[in-house]
Amino acid sequence: MIQFINTILIGLTSGAIYSLMAMAIVLVWRSTRVINFAQAGLALASAYIGYQVVQSVSNYWVALIVAMFAGAALSALIEIAFMRLLLKHTSSGPIASVAPIIATLGLLGIIKAGIAMIWGGQDVVVKPPLSNTGFSIGTHTLVFSPMKLAIVISVATLVLVFSLIFQRTNIGLALRASAFAPEIARLAGVRVDLVRTLGWALSGAAGAVAGLLLTSNGNGSFSPESMEFSLLLISGFIAAVIGGLESLVGAVIGALVLGLVTSFVLMYISGSLFFIAPFVVLLLVLFLRPQGIIGVKAGRRA
Amino acid sequence: MSLIIQGLTVDHGAIRAVNDVSFTVEKGKLTAVIGANGAGKSTLLRALSGLNSATAGTAEWSNHNLLHGKPEAHVRKGVSHVSEGKSVVAELTVEENLDLGALWRRNRREATESKNQAIELFPRLGERLSQRADTLSGGERQMLAIGRALMSKPELLLLDEPSLGLAPLVIEQIFQTIRGIVDSMGLTVVLVEQNAMGALKIADTAVVLNLGRVAATGTAADLIADPAVRAAYLGY
Repeated sequence: MIQFINTILIGLTSGAIYSLMAMAIVLVWRSTRVINFAQAGLALASAYIGYQVVQSVSNYWVALIVAMFAGAALSALIEIAFMRLLLKHTSSGPIASVAPIIATLGLLGIIKAGIAMIWGGQDVVVKPPLSNTGFSIGTHTLVFSPMKLAIVISVATLVLVFSLIFQRTNIGLALRASAFAPEIARLAGVRVDLVRTLGWALSGAAGAVAGLLLTSNGNGSFSPESMEFSLLLISGFIAAVIGGLESLVGAVIGALVLGLVTSFVLMYISGSLFFIAPFVVLLLVLFLRPQGIIGVKAGRRA
Repeated sequence: MSLIIQGLTVDHGAIRAVNDVSFTVEKGKLTAVIGANGAGKSTLLRALSGLNSATAGTAEWSNHNLLHGKPEAHVRKGVSHVSEGKSVVAELTVEENLDLGALWRRNRREATESKNQAIELFPRLGERLSQRADTLSGGERQMLAIGRALMSKPELLLLDEPSLGLAPLVIEQIFQTIRGIVDSMGLTVVLVEQNAMGALKIADTAVVLNLGRVAATGTAADLIADPAVRAAYLGY
């Protein structure tokens, strides 16, 4: 029983972190129709910025918020300085659909190299602000710790803020309209280019928080070559696809499903299957429900 | 203040879709642009709203150069375009579609007034404010598209085939509403239509396009009476 509870709680925690990355991927996909592999680099860069802030003010939560805004700014900068030019020059021909995606892979390399130049290649540590020793129920000790609880709460807060922005504000309406039907949004007076940059900024913010929380879910150490960030990108991407790639709600659901499935595989089947479980989930979804769990069948490509 | 188009030419790659088109629309008048499929009607309208770029010519509306700038800038100068095929955002609710047209307006009180006006004009929309736009009938979607354009408080309204795919009775209703908008709000309207007879009946003046060129212009009444136009476009 204790193992079952542990499995679920671990699954929900990693699922929560994946859900931020999945939202980041969906936000960029909706605004620019690009899968942004540089997202992993942005999350890493944001984690390093968080590390820098912790060094000077030694407050993790301040660092998390600074990292979030830094991630947003970096992502917006990439959209303005890089993607706009790229998409303008690759608007037609056979290369048009893949060039931007490959370019984001290149960007990922550039960001990593830049980080290594600034902060060096060795591990740095952002000490998790709360204990990673699990809560106790009677004589049993859970894997679920105060830090993991804080991660789940932080993610839930951010998801709530994002959904309020999207559903209840004028900016959210502009974001949704520009995603579904950019031409009609333009004709209605929406500055679609500006809104697109904003979509990238929100994506960068979500990815940044995912990055720093990811390190705190472990022992807090990371380097430019950390495997965890690549796994975060892959998990976030798979979760986004499971969720239909168009929907933020779908991204969160996809991420929680993915987190739970991998957690059960890890705890009940075999640790060695941990890395392939996400791909098996992806393939199953693509075979059985290619439009994603809550995707629209034959949805319009707006 | 009027819409003055001179020598407008628009290319689609190697194809010259609009070729040396000139005509003038007086303020507060309704001009129909009619012609067969592929005559360049939609392209002409898309050039005026900034969606397509022109190759040559000029188009001015109250001292604004319409051939320069993005559609979102045109909207801010009082030019609204309802594009072909019920231009509403299917995934948004009726109310969100309406609000979309006024997002850029600073004066929120006036924006609310515009919404009340639009709902007064199309009461059906008022009953369906919280429904998604893709649950509406074709006629209702067209009303919503026009309502959304009116939310931007336009002075020049560009309408692309509002009758497309609608039942005759609904077409009649939409056309009457368009005429009503011109008469009661003093808007200037360019109405692109394949339904030539319906458009000519409500228009003040008309332009006939054929393969991108102006084939005839005049008052709507004159064109209805013109044997050549009757034979080619009105089918009798």
